[in-house]
Amino acid sequence: MTSLPSLPTPKKLGLVIDLDVCVGCHACVISCKEWNTGGYGAALSDQNPYGADVSGTFLNRIHTFEVVPEGGQVIGEAGEARIVHFPKSCLHCEDAPCVTVCPTGASYKRAEDGIVLVDESKCIGCGLCAWSCAYGAREMDLAAGVMKKCTLCVDRIYNETLQEIDRVPSCVRTCPANARHYGDLADPASDVSRMVAERGGYDLMPEQGTRPTNKYLPPRPRKPLAASAGSPVLAENTDGAKGFFAWLDGMLDRI
Amino acid sequence: MTSQPRVALSEPVSDEVRKTTCYMCACRCGIDVHLKDGKVRYIEGNRDHPVNRGVLCAKGSAGIMQHYAPARLTGPMLRTGPRGSGEFKQISWDEALSLATNWLGEVRQNDPRKLAFFTGRDQSQSLTGFWAQQFGTPNYAAHGGFCSVNMAAAGIMTIGGAFWEFGAPDWDRTKLFVMFGVAEDHDSNPIKIGISKLKKRGARFVSVNPVRTGYSAVADNWIGIRPGTDGLLILAIVHELLKARKIDVDYIVRYSNATWLVVDAPGTAEHGLFLRDKDGKVQVHETVTEQVVALGAKGARAGLYGRVELPDGRFAVPAFQLLAEKYLDPQYAPEAVAKETGVSAETIRGLAAEIARVAFDEAISIDQPWTDVNGQRHESFIGRPVSFHAMRGLSAHSNGFQTARALHMLQVLIGAVDCPGAFRFEPPYPKPIEAHPTPHGKAEHFGSNKPLSGPHLGFPRGPEDLLVDADGQPMRIDKAFSWDAPISAHGLMHMVIANAHAGDPYPVDLMFLYMANMAWNSSMNTAGVIKMLEDKDPETGEYRIPKIIYSDAYSSEMVAYADLILPDTTYLERHDCISLLDRPISEPDAVQDAIRWPVVEPDRDVRGFQTVLLDLGARLKLPGFADNHGKPLYKDYADYIVRHERRPGIGPLAGFRGSNGERSGRGAANPEQMQRYIDNGSFFSAHIPLEAQFFKHANKAYQDFGVRMGFFDEPKPVIFQLYQETLQKFRLSAEGVREPVAPVTHRQRILETFDPLPSWYRPFEEAAVNGDEYPYHAITQRPAAMYHSWGSMNAWLRQIHTRNPLYVPGPICDEIGLVDGDWVWVISHHGRIKVEVARMEAVNSSTIWTWNAIGKREGAWALDKDAPEAKKGFLMNHLIHELLPPKGDGMRWSNSDPVTGQAAWYDLRVRIEKAERAGVSEPHFAAVAPERQHPDELRYGQEWAK
Amino acid sequence: MHPAPSIILFTTLSGMGYGLAAVLGLGLLDPTMIGTKVAYALALALISGGLLASTLHLGNPQRAWRALSQWRSSWLSREGVMAILTFAPLTFSAWLAAIEGRHVVAVGLLGTVMCGVTVYCTAMIYASLRSIQAWNTGLTPLCYLLFAAAGGLLLATAFAFVNGGNGALPAALALPALAAAWVAKNAWWTRLRMLAPLSTPESATGLGHIGHVRLFERPHINDNYLTREMGFKVARKHAAKLSKLAMLAGGALPMLLLIVAAVAGQGTLAIFAAVFAVAGYALGLVVERWLFFAEARHAVMNYYGG
Repeated sequence: MTSLPSLPTPKKLGLVIDLDVCVGCHACVISCKEWNTGGYGAALSDQNPYGADVSGTFLNRIHTFEVVPEGGQVIGEAGEARIVHFPKSCLHCEDAPCVTVCPTGASYKRAEDGIVLVDESKCIGCGLCAWSCAYGAREMDLAAGVMKKCTLCVDRIYNETLQEIDRVPSCVRTCPANARHYGDLADPASDVSRMVAERGGYDLMPEQGTRPTNKYLPPRPRKPLAASAGSPVLAENTDGAKGFFAWLDGMLDRI
Repeated sequence: MTSQPRVALSEPVSDEVRKTTCYMCACRCGIDVHLKDGKVRYIEGNRDHPVNRGVLCAKGSAGIMQHYAPARLTGPMLRTGPRGSGEFKQISWDEALSLATNWLGEVRQNDPRKLAFFTGRDQSQSLTGFWAQQFGTPNYAAHGGFCSVNMAAAGIMTIGGAFWEFGAPDWDRTKLFVMFGVAEDHDSNPIKIGISKLKKRGARFVSVNPVRTGYSAVADNWIGIRPGTDGLLILAIVHELLKARKIDVDYIVRYSNATWLVVDAPGTAEHGLFLRDKDGKVQVHETVTEQVVALGAKGARAGLYGRVELPDGRFAVPAFQLLAEKYLDPQYAPEAVAKETGVSAETIRGLAAEIARVAFDEAISIDQPWTDVNGQRHESFIGRPVSFHAMRGLSAHSNGFQTARALHMLQVLIGAVDCPGAFRFEPPYPKPIEAHPTPHGKAEHFGSNKPLSGPHLGFPRGPEDLLVDADGQPMRIDKAFSWDAPISAHGLMHMVIANAHAGDPYPVDLMFLYMANMAWNSSMNTAGVIKMLEDKDPETGEYRIPKIIYSDAYSSEMVAYADLILPDTTYLERHDCISLLDRPISEPDAVQDAIRWPVVEPDRDVRGFQTVLLDLGARLKLPGFADNHGKPLYKDYADYIVRHERRPGIGPLAGFRGSNGERSGRGAANPEQMQRYIDNGSFFSAHIPLEAQFFKHANKAYQDFGVRMGFFDEPKPVIFQLYQETLQKFRLSAEGVREPVAPVTHRQRILETFDPLPSWYRPFEEAAVNGDEYPYHAITQRPAAMYHSWGSMNAWLRQIHTRNPLYVPGPICDEIGLVDGDWVWVISHHGRIKVEVARMEAVNSSTIWTWNAIGKREGAWALDKDAPEAKKGFLMNHLIHELLPPKGDGMRWSNSDPVTGQAAWYDLRVRIEKAERAGVSEPHFAAVAPERQHPDELRYGQEWAK
Repeated sequence: MHPAPSIILFTTLSGMGYGLAAVLGLGLLDPTMIGTKVAYALALALISGGLLASTLHLGNPQRAWRALSQWRSSWLSREGVMAILTFAPLTFSAWLAAIEGRHVVAVGLLGTVMCGVTVYCTAMIYASLRSIQAWNTGLTPLCYLLFAAAGGLLLATAFAFVNGGNGALPAALALPALAAAWVAKNAWWTRLRMLAPLSTPESATGLGHIGHVRLFERPHINDNYLTREMGFKVARKHAAKLSKLAMLAGGALPMLLLIVAAVAGQGTLAIFAAVFAVAGYALGLVVERWLFFAEARHAVMNYYGG
């Protein structure tokens, strides 16, 4: 059933990723790998694990970008280049082209919560869904020959054998910087929706027309230190050590 | 249309969860190890654990791949081929232990100095140190000397505790957090959790680091400072704060030695020392009666300035006057330091203004009455919510000790040590210097077949405590606590091989190392060290370092250079204790320690190193390890952890003591203790009462709590040492006016670097080489996903950093025409390396850098010979010499901090030249071990696929 | 995009096969002649070979039958369904020609139309992907259809000459088809050169408001499935050379040879000229198809510095 759900899904479960706090530690990358290898579907294999061309299947990867203000100087305080760590996994798009291109019905978007999944027993491993995804969210597992993707830890979030607090995706649970948030983006009152509203959460590549569920929170604007240089806090009020010591006397009297 | 597939949503994750402590880095987080069919299914953070509160980093989550890595050693081995060949035969534990006992016993009998016992990333130093002490060699230390001893020593000598894991910012209250050069392998999850809290609250986070990766990437303000100049930046801030009178006078009077009178009698043996009465009590100037009285005299209003004439005609001044005069000098003005630091005067002034504003205009208060150690009651805790954190970026310079002191001085001046919102101590810290031992290892401290008379490591109070002989020559193989490095509180592991090879101060017979990759990334001058390990005495045909015993869990580069291998277990197969006697996991609000226990059984013929050490101790019949009849006192490490007592009622673990397990801190050994820890998630936590949580250095309730818990047997308050008298004693020795006098060779250097007030001087290598010839700094950064060299045998982690490029600032790339993928020669005064480059803008413009310890030697770590780690990966170590370039005084000085001996990794200066593109970085070394078997494909967990 | 040989083979072989089948369906060749029978066989062989080649890159080819199920949404599924359905008129036509030596117009035309639809479906697999802007244009199916038609006519011309008949008619049709195909392809290339990227590192990361965005470090240093599959890059100057080669071998050369063959009218020279025209065209088409993939940039490369 590769047609998308005909009506908007009642829930839009997804992630909100805060680029203001991600320090690029890769915790979510590895936690995702270990949860999902041995979890939903085939293992996430690694080819040549101890050799030159080591390469494995990952459902979540952190890219690192350097952002250089146009024309700005690169060192110092104002206008300097910055590094932004950028976690990326499936965005569970509303108009998910990866679903509609699938010839076998393996790829589908769940009608109840909008999670995009691959039914591996139907997947022929043609790779077309990966081609259709502008975000690189799908990776073919070379050992299993089936397409792997983020399941939003569907086997965690509804898992009644886990404590309720743990029913979140593995990447969210493990993130030390709390840069990943999980929730229902269809519910305007949810924490994630509020976060998106407050912080100006945005879609990646809106021009692709995929209407991603996952949102990204931009790095917060900030004030340069140099802007505080003229602060009255530092108003110089000493004429050398002597004046300073006179001031000390006053202070000592107040103790 | 077919219906949507049904997905099994509620499958049980595992058969069983076992809670233990992570060892994928130095963070020591709590982990839940999920086991399925006897295999590790999944590792996640323990939500109840106070260190990580459920989160876990990439390394922790990759524990599965560490645990099952093909690089694991499988059994004891005896070298058969030449050193470096990697040719070994497997032997039994009986053979291995007998051999080791023979080697060790012979040394202990003949000359205990001939054993050098050094441990690397050892989390059991209270045991290894105790063992070495009972063995009786003076030559023991862990790896702190090449890690962060500057930070530790400066902290303890200034405020009674250090950053590192000995304290933490008050993440929930701080409003301004300033971080200097912090590596992501110590306290990394707490720091990430903390930064996230700051961001949420809108607190400002300033990062001072030449490279803007990791934490610095998310900082609100990044100061891309020139390496080695942090001290100058800090002193400029102090200058601004003094000028603007933004210091906490009340705080420094109460809690620091600012008021203590310093003798002003140049040319005498007391000059610059504190004025003391006949009982040895320090003196202050009482400004109302204008009398000199003992510190603590009732009602005394101690002066902070004013030159006092003493009855004997000498003069004295309060320490604070010296301090204020020094830093008010225009040489510390922001404009004066801008060029040297690479930080604009406006930025420095802005940072000073923010510190002042937050500390004084945004002070916070916790309404909790408390009483200080002088008996004065306070209605609340006043907080100055400015916090600092620093690590190796300050530490790994030859001026790192003074720089770290400068930072602590800044903290004290604004009243931001252990108050709400500031840096806060984690128990058992703070401890005054008097609570630390002096070092042991003088000739009278050891002898044949007897224990060392006290602990190896400690803090000399002056030159009289140095471990030198009558001629001033070092007693220790690493020359720790000698005139070369008087306050080398953690030893100098990085000098051991070079000194032993040179027979300077003497040769050793046996080197016993644990978990330290000295034949590769843990040594400066790696190629030279390899040669030293391989070098033979032409007369005897023996290796210059005759015997090497090494224990490690993995086939690191060092394995190939040892003669006898004692294979360790993985961290999931062992007992361990993270002890209050060592480096515990306490938080500012709680006393905590932890254990590891074997959550899976080894499938190889390996044993936990600590159990092996206990076994060796018993075989050697060391006191404390064997009873009078020579029978072992402890079955294994677990038994030792539970039953060993360092002082009556004080053991390795503080929790669940006493016969019924109800006592904390002090109490009789409890045979059920280990199980109680396991049942509690492998940790123990005791909350500090609220009235004891702040101002611990001077808080009566805390001091009493500390006594109850057994940190000390009587209250040990700390008075912050803005002015450091011990350093001045060394200067007096260097002036030749105080006994023992310093050797002539060392005098100039001590005079220049042992300032009793924090100072800045140019790092030695920078001062020694021609700046035009070597215009750039070269440093390393620690990737968050790797711990030292320990990530490359991990199939998941090595995919993140399979090789390391050299990151070169954009302007330098443009100047010499470099694009990504080009190759360059990087040339230092000592050597050159050929490596691939990548461009970066977010970096100090005179600093090139790379990720630390990604480069591997071919054949090591069970990687294929063509692994990128070995082909293209590289170490900066080849450029760094353990000695500074000759400067014509006939000496080759160690490339270390002159006070502590801390290895000055980040002092490196280089130039770069474009090279032909290549496929292999240089230098490249021949394979160090025969290729090992490993799978071509991993499908971990496929048997559980649903 | 990675120019996978299996997919290049699939699109070129099946394209020429459907083209030939379509031309045969028009009844341009005498069904009684042995060459025509061979042509039918060849058409089916090319189509089958192409389809078989397309399964080579599947991870689980044993489940390929499932690909027929999603014709409602998936162009790949539609292509599979059409390929199977089209076999019916084609094999029927082939049987009629091979066994009965006749051409039934209705069946033939049905086959022709279905061939066209199938090729269109094939093209739409690519053209429908917004993530690959180079392909995401109506010019893509136009090119596929014209190249199929030109290939079919070229083959038909060759078989006409082999049959000993005069291939002037198919040749006369092939010439404008070839010209049209390459004109369309040039339009495709021109569009590609002029293309303002739909997505950029700035839009991919949403960080454009801060400044210029550049990949600093890949998530994992080595290549992964995505970079192997979608990270292929061909240098602009190589692409320019190759496109010239494609046009020469697949356009100018066949056109010249067709004229030679047409002028020669009949006989060995015509046959050789026509066969070489086909060979040249096939080479040109392979190069064109290689470039079709190699020149296409996938939006995901905005995340990988490509």
